Parts: sequence; C-alpha cells; structure tokens
Amino acid sequence: MNIHEYQAKALLKGFGAPVAQGVAIHSADEAAAAAKQLPGPLYVVKSQIHAGGRGKGKFKELGPDAKGGVRLAKSIDEVVAHAKDMLGNTLVTAQTGEAGKQVNRLYIEDGADIARELYCSLLVDRSVGRVAFVVSTEGGMDIEAVAHDTPEKIHTIAIDPETGVTADDVAKISAALALDGAAAEDAKSLFPALYKAFVEKDMALLEINPLIVMTNGNLRVLDAKVSFDGNALFRHEDVRALRDETEEDAKEIEASKWDLAYVALDGNIGCMVNGAGLAMATMDIIKLYGKEPANFCDVGGGAGKEKVAAAFKIITADPKVEGILVNIFGGIMKCDVIAEGVIAAVKEVGLKVPLVVRLEGTNVELGKKLLNESGLAITAADDLDDAAKKIVAAING
Amino acid sequence: MSILVNKNTKVLVQGLTGKTGTFHTEQALAYYGTQMVGGIHPSKGGSNWTGSKGETLPIFASVAEGKEKTGADATVIYVPPAGAADAIIEAIEAEIPFITCITEGIPVADMVRVKAKLDKSKSRLLGPNCPGILTPEECKIGIMPGSIFRKGSVGIVSRSGTLTYEAVFQTSNEGLGQTTAVGIGGDPVKGTEFIDVLEMFLADEATTSIIMIGEIGGSAEEDAAQFLIDEAKKGRKKPMAGFIAGRTAPKGRTMGHAGAVVSGGKGDAESKISAMEAAGIKVSPSPARLGKTLVEVLKG
Repeated sequence: MNIHEYQAKALLKGFGAPVAQGVAIHSADEAAAAAKQLPGPLYVVKSQIHAGGRGKGKFKELGPDAKGGVRLAKSIDEVVAHAKDMLGNTLVTAQTGEAGKQVNRLYIEDGADIARELYCSLLVDRSVGRVAFVVSTEGGMDIEAVAHDTPEKIHTIAIDPETGVTADDVAKISAALALDGAAAEDAKSLFPALYKAFVEKDMALLEINPLIVMTNGNLRVLDAKVSFDGNALFRHEDVRALRDETEEDAKEIEASKWDLAYVALDGNIGCMVNGAGLAMATMDIIKLYGKEPANFCDVGGGAGKEKVAAAFKIITADPKVEGILVNIFGGIMKCDVIAEGVIAAVKEVGLKVPLVVRLEGTNVELGKKLLNESGLAITAADDLDDAAKKIVAAING
Repeated sequence: MSILVNKNTKVLVQGLTGKTGTFHTEQALAYYGTQMVGGIHPSKGGSNWTGSKGETLPIFASVAEGKEKTGADATVIYVPPAGAADAIIEAIEAEIPFITCITEGIPVADMVRVKAKLDKSKSRLLGPNCPGILTPEECKIGIMPGSIFRKGSVGIVSRSGTLTYEAVFQTSNEGLGQTTAVGIGGDPVKGTEFIDVLEMFLADEATTSIIMIGEIGGSAEEDAAQFLIDEAKKGRKKPMAGFIAGRTAPKGRTMGHAGAVVSGGKGDAESKISAMEAAGIKVSPSPARLGKTLVEVLKG
C-alpha cells in the first residue's frame, strides 16, 4: 500500500526526522491560508499523486510549455496561482503511463536552501534477509539510472535485526554520503529514526530522494516515498487510515475486498488462474501467442465458489476484455468448485465474449462434466498450450 | 533416493486442529502412509485429533514435547499469518531439523526476525508461502496433490506452487517421474533458496536431471545460475530445463506472491533467463512445454 508524500513526511516527523513545515490542501481556496502558516519567502507547491517523476511531469490540460508537477513560488499570490493551475488537472510522469493521474491534493511546503542532494532508502535486502540502507551521493535523480551507469556510487548497508542501527552502521552510512559537521551530527539521530519507523510501521520501502544537506549544514528530508507491507496492514490501523482509494484502480479495490490477487493490465484477454506463478505464466503464454493479458488474477488455493464468481464478474466487467481464459491446476482447489463458480457468475451477468476453460487436477472429470452440462458456450482446452491457442484464435475470429 | 524427506521422516503438525491443517494431514496420511506423528496445540495437549475417516493423532502442548515423545524430525506449519513466525521460532528452538511453513501472508519483518534465529540454528526451514515437499511413494509434507506424481529421476525445485504441479504433471506424462519436488515459496525472505536445493539434487545419485522454475523479483535465479557455473567447473553437472514466470508483468507491481515484483531495475525475467541459459539450463518459453523441453535436453 502506498501513501502520499505529505502523509509520509508527517509519519517520519513523528519519529523525529527533520522535515520542512508544510500544509496539505484539497482546493485552491485553501492555498493562501496554507501558505500564510509557513515562514516564507520561498514556497514549494507539490502535486500529491502516487507516482514519481512529478517535477519533470507535464499537465495534460496545460500544454507543453506549462510548468511541471512540483513548482517554486516566491509569494503567497504565486502559491495561489500555481494551486489553481494544478488542482484538478492530469499530471503525466514517467511513472504514471500515458493516462496520467488527476491531482486532487497539493502539499504547500517551506522552501529550502540546498547545498547537496543525496539518496537514501530502506528496504528488505532479500539476499541477506535483513533491512538495508541503500545510499548514494547522487541524489535528486533517477536512482535506477545511477545504479545502471555508476553502480560504484551506490552503497548498501544491511542492519542486524538483533542490534538495530549501531554507531558503526551510522559511521558507514555517513562515510558513504560524505557527511561532515552538522550533517554528521544529524545523521546520528536520523538514520536510527528511519530504521525505527521502517520496522515499527512494517514498511516495504522508505525512499528519501533527495535527502539534502542545507546551506546551514543540517540534513533535511526533502521528498519521501513510503509503501507498506500489505501482509502487515492487519496490525496497523493508523496506516490503513492513510489509504487513498482514488489512487487505485476500481477493479483492484473490488478484488481486494474478496482477497483476490488482481492487477489490472492493458491487454484484452481476461485471465482467471489459481496460483501466482501459474497466473503469471498464463499471461506470458498469451503474449507468446501474440496477444496481451487484460489482468493478472490469482484466485488462490482455497477459494470457494462465491470468490470464483466474484473474480469472474470483475474480469467480465472490464470493457477492454474481448475473451476470457480460465486456467486451473487443482491441487487444493477442486475443479468442480471452479466450474460451479464460473457457471453461477455467467448465469448472473451473462457472457458476451468467448470463454476458454482449462481444468486439470483434483476432481477434473466432475468439473468438466458440470461445464458440459451447463449449456453455456464454453470452449474446453486440454492443456495450457491448447487453451492459449484457442482463446487467441477465438479473438482473432 | 530422494532429498530432505523419505519414508522414515516423522512429521509433527503445527496448526493441525484448524480446517486447513486437518484436510492436508488427512491427505498426507493417505499418501503412502506418510508418518504424521502428532499435532501441536498449546491448550489441547494430551487430547487426540480425529480426522474425517476416523484417523487419530496425539496432540502435544509444545513442539519440544512432541519431538521428545515421538522422535519427530520434521514439522509442517499451517498456523495463520499473525502467529506463523512464532510457530517457526518454536520449532527452531525445539531443534527440529526440517521445518516446512505453508502459511502465506506472513509480514516480511517477522521473517527477518525468523531468519536471524534460523541462521544461528541447526534447523532448515522450507518456505514460507510454499506448497511443501513431496518424495513420490514415500512422504508428502504440505499441500501438493499426490495423484500427479510418479516415482522417477527428475528433481524439481520451484518458487511457485501451481507451476511445480505443471512440472510434476508434465514429467509424469513423459514417463520420467520425480525423485523429490521442492516448493521453496514465493516470499522475499525465506528459509531455503534455489542453491540449497540444487546442491542436494547434484549430490543425489537418483536425481539424473533437474527442472528449476523461477519468477520475477530478487536475484535468487541469477545466484543459482552462478552456483551451477561454479559447480560445473568442478565437474558436477546435470541436465536441466527451466522456466521463469512473469515476462509480461509490469514493473513495480507485486504479482500475487509478495516476492514477485520487479523493483529498482532489478529482478526482471530477461535477466534471469539469460543467466540460466548461460549456466546451461534450457529455458522453455512456454510453461506448457517444461516436460518436453527436458526430454529434448536428455536426448541431447
């Protein structure tokens, strides 16, 4: 689960991290009052969407010469003008895709005098099974490009969960970032605080890009991106309250209510599969035969017929879907349960596109019999290869 | 031969008294008499579990007590996510040699805590978020469907449950059969990695070929490929086929498994496929052709 920058900063501030003063607003009417709460004379007006690359992004409605999604302002009037310009419009960045995202919230922040821009993130390093700091002196730019072009400028420091961040760890991080003076002093409290926030709130990623050294020598968190481990949300009511459903796909929200693993994609073959690996492999084989999947959907191992029917309805409700492929290898999942769920859903919402079903595993004969006797226009497939060929052929007509 | 489990393996069940634990314990007992020796429940110690066909197993209050009274050398965990990490740690502290955790959805921070304890212990953990392990006609731990297996010569290791079944089914249909199938699980932090299992398959005489199934996220496949290259230099090499799921997955999105995500420019399918091919693994572009691809490799 992702949150907005202003929410991430408020959270980090609670752990003692140095962030600028700022106020989040939902309408341009609030802009002047928000700016008046800040010291000035320099302000930053930042679009709040769940995607990076906002500064270089462009607003669809404003033309190519208009400024991006993060703007400097030198007066309160300028803050208000930017707010009017940005709110309600669609920001397209390198991470949003062509459709872009509507900006419904802005964060008005006190400006900072920047001496150096650094990069700092925390994540779980799988290779050692520990939380690690990833830091670089090359802040403020695309870290993937830095990793690709100059991997020696990226340093990873893994933390022992039984000791937490030690003085030695802080020294290593500070050395990697070439911190000295006031910044090195700030580092002694900042890095342990970030680690504490990461662990206590069950974060999946905490990325500060940039972390800045200001002209006065102190450190400040200038941007913050936080995402949380979905498996740990059950124990963080405060985090769940930060969810902004307007940032998510409606189909994905509906799927999450049924505990379905569903990801909306751009193609036109809907998929319903059991198991994450097989669901990905089903997408891959559709592509192998020249088409694109409309979604990833794993109904899981223990789904009942209601859950199967719900998944089927979410897939058929997608107007892009021109054909559906159901691929089940029943281990725990029984094929007759899948068949019953599909039949129930089709009877309720109808079937306007070709449907190919491949069943294998537990109770496969019973499942096939149910589908045959349902009188529905379902094409049976012998194996995964056959299934993919048949759905692609059905769409190509 | 086989790896990790065989007909002598004695298995305790943590989470036996729940619906999932009960169902799969019945299945395991019915699979060539897998030695399920008891269940664990902190407040039901001394009582008995009864399955739907009248099977009974003793319940112990702790893993340590169960181990002492049954001589168990393995546990399988069906405990729900919030308590699963503590269940693993209890098994580690009881010095159970082989622990399999089926549970999906354990917070990754909990697994970081488990990993720290595991690294200092004598136990091996398989999973979490995995289908378990099965040695045909001998021992079934976890949730794999026994009916598709056939005793044979292929070692199978996979991050995905259902793709393990595909590989098992296809190698059975090709008449090759399996020595052992191991599902290492789809979480980012886990107990057993590809390298651990590949090492065992290379050492196992009965295993004469190997199928390895990976997916996007992390670098375990690349690490395994490097391991195979290094071992081949020492003259240890077996014919291998493979598959990587997630070629079409969008960057930055988690695809069902918590560990299946391309992030920070790392973990994409193409990098894994080229690493595996460089290690001499024939990577099938289609998940439907795993068995046939291995047969082609074996024919040379």
